[in-house]
Amino acid sequence: MRSQQEYVLRTVEERNIRFVQLWFTDVLGTAKTFSITPAELENALEEGMTFDGSAIDGFSRVQESDVLARPDPKTFQLLPWHPDDIPVARVFCDLFNLDGSPFEGCPRHTLRRTLDRARDQGFTFYAAPEIEYFYFADADPSHTPVTLDSGSYFELTASDVASDLRTRTVLTLEEMGIPVEHAQHEDSPSQHEIDLRYTDALTMADTVMTVRLVVKEMAQRRGIHASFMPKPLAGVQGSGMHTHLSLFEGDTNAFYDAEDPDGLSPVAKRFMAGLLRHAHEITAVTNQWVNSYKRLVSGYEAPIHVSWARNNRSALARVPFVKRNKIESTRVEYRAPDSACNPYLAFAVILAAGLKGIEEGYELPREAAANLFAMTPEELAAEQIRSLPGSLNEAVADMENSELMAETLGEHVFEWFIRNKRAEWASYKTHISQFELDRYLPLL
Amino acid sequence: MESLLCFPDPFPAEVGLALERAGYPWKALDRAEHAQTDEPEDGWSGAVVCADDDAAGAFALCRLVRTREVPLRPLLLIVASHQIVDLQLREDHFDDFCVLPATPDEIAARLAHLFWRTGRGLQAELIEHGPLVLNLETYQAAVAGRVLDLTFMEYELLRFLAARPGKVFTRETLLSRVWGYEYYGGARTVDVHVRRLRAKLTEEHAHLIETVRSVGYRFGHGTWAP
Repeated sequence: MRSQQEYVLRTVEERNIRFVQLWFTDVLGTAKTFSITPAELENALEEGMTFDGSAIDGFSRVQESDVLARPDPKTFQLLPWHPDDIPVARVFCDLFNLDGSPFEGCPRHTLRRTLDRARDQGFTFYAAPEIEYFYFADADPSHTPVTLDSGSYFELTASDVASDLRTRTVLTLEEMGIPVEHAQHEDSPSQHEIDLRYTDALTMADTVMTVRLVVKEMAQRRGIHASFMPKPLAGVQGSGMHTHLSLFEGDTNAFYDAEDPDGLSPVAKRFMAGLLRHAHEITAVTNQWVNSYKRLVSGYEAPIHVSWARNNRSALARVPFVKRNKIESTRVEYRAPDSACNPYLAFAVILAAGLKGIEEGYELPREAAANLFAMTPEELAAEQIRSLPGSLNEAVADMENSELMAETLGEHVFEWFIRNKRAEWASYKTHISQFELDRYLPLL
Repeated sequence: MESLLCFPDPFPAEVGLALERAGYPWKALDRAEHAQTDEPEDGWSGAVVCADDDAAGAFALCRLVRTREVPLRPLLLIVASHQIVDLQLREDHFDDFCVLPATPDEIAARLAHLFWRTGRGLQAELIEHGPLVLNLETYQAAVAGRVLDLTFMEYELLRFLAARPGKVFTRETLLSRVWGYEYYGGARTVDVHVRRLRAKLTEEHAHLIETVRSVGYRFGHGTWAP
């Protein structure tokens, strides 16, 4: 710990860093930051910085509003997009109560607690998300979002603007030591995807926060709005965050079994069984907005039926084909989360569901053979395939009855989250949509 | 700083005194084979070999430590005047020599010069390897003159590897030596950090860290590797 702090302090001095941004995340996954000067840094590393937590959603009960942000020196990193003459660095923080106990509303703690449980069973949890997002001309909500490659907005080679932007973003991420597996234009107009190389889930959650910021920052510099909204445009794919998951025991992939015809170990099967059995309970967190459920509809690549399959993209959990010489990349892809989730909490509840399956020895249901979207409700019922919650309201109801969720998130976050989402739903319910006006006003 | 390997045991008292005065820790060995078995975890910092008493043993030791995969440097050979002819065809087995009787000041000066030339020892603030320079004092790393923005663990991993060029380390070894056990990453963390380091070194210099198939990683090329 000492030498880590020493490293940070020396680097700040040597590189003449003017500001250090302290980064942390609120319960809904919004990045928060405040900047300190190098003079304050040593004290921040030693004792943490006190700030008023009640200003931040989900962070504090009113009566105990002050919290302590303590930088995690391992995450110290220069931000490459700041000019060389005013270097700025960032460091992720953990939040503590003034008495030094971990603050319950800090998502990093929540994930760490779940990772500790995995570690007690000898497992390391790795995650590799595929982050989808859109580039739009602006963030003005008064009109339908204007895509870049629709041609109308940018008269010059419009598609080049977006691919150039994506390339720059990937290069910036690489400069920050975030290896990108690949990046591509996605199905929908102006939609892009960045796939990250797997790493341990805590680092990956930090990385997702960084990626979202870098994508937005790079876009903003070109006067473009990047959005991780789950379903910004009707009629085209939404933005998911399919996440590849694996457990390792030391150097060995605990999901692989040479004896099994599918190459899947009992650990993998039980993990997946846990994920499927608790899927409806964790969905409020993996898909936390009213808008998230506009993505989880039939007819697109988003999953709605709780099932697994090897090569069937309509399933909720997919086991990608793995080459013989690549057995260490045996993994399960969970396809529900969207890019606007809180990655710390999403990884925590996904892992908790999987661990539950391992602990209780759940039986993995039969693989979904057919295209689930083509099956009738009767056929789905006969196969005992249930659906994910159809709305935020249903998802919150499923979450509220979940022992697993209360345990994983802790009472404070669990209660606050449900309260917050109920309020979101209540305010949505009072909204009269264009759909209703178009359909009912002339008729009724 | 780790100990200097000194030969033979007992080691000539006046030479030992010279080393102590100059601030070098040292350890005397009586047999060449012990160079391997008694080696400190971070490797010997160098060697001072006296040949005047047991010439055969001294030359055997020099050959042994200089023909292994990562040759031990710097090596100061101390000979009697009649042994100067024996240095012929052994030029690669030492970095410098001095002839007895040698004053403590001469020995200290020669060692200081050797350490300066090899970039190690008491003044070891820099680790240099081809285009890569690590300043251990300021924790900064640069490749081809470009300063790298590393996280602490990336820096630590690079420092560990660059200080031991040519040596192959397993993931477990790196994990326990660089990270300690307080980490969520597991053994795959090493792969993740190597990838991050290579990304920051850029494609041109990414090969500085080599993957040794089904073993682990090595910094730079092994001297005797094909």
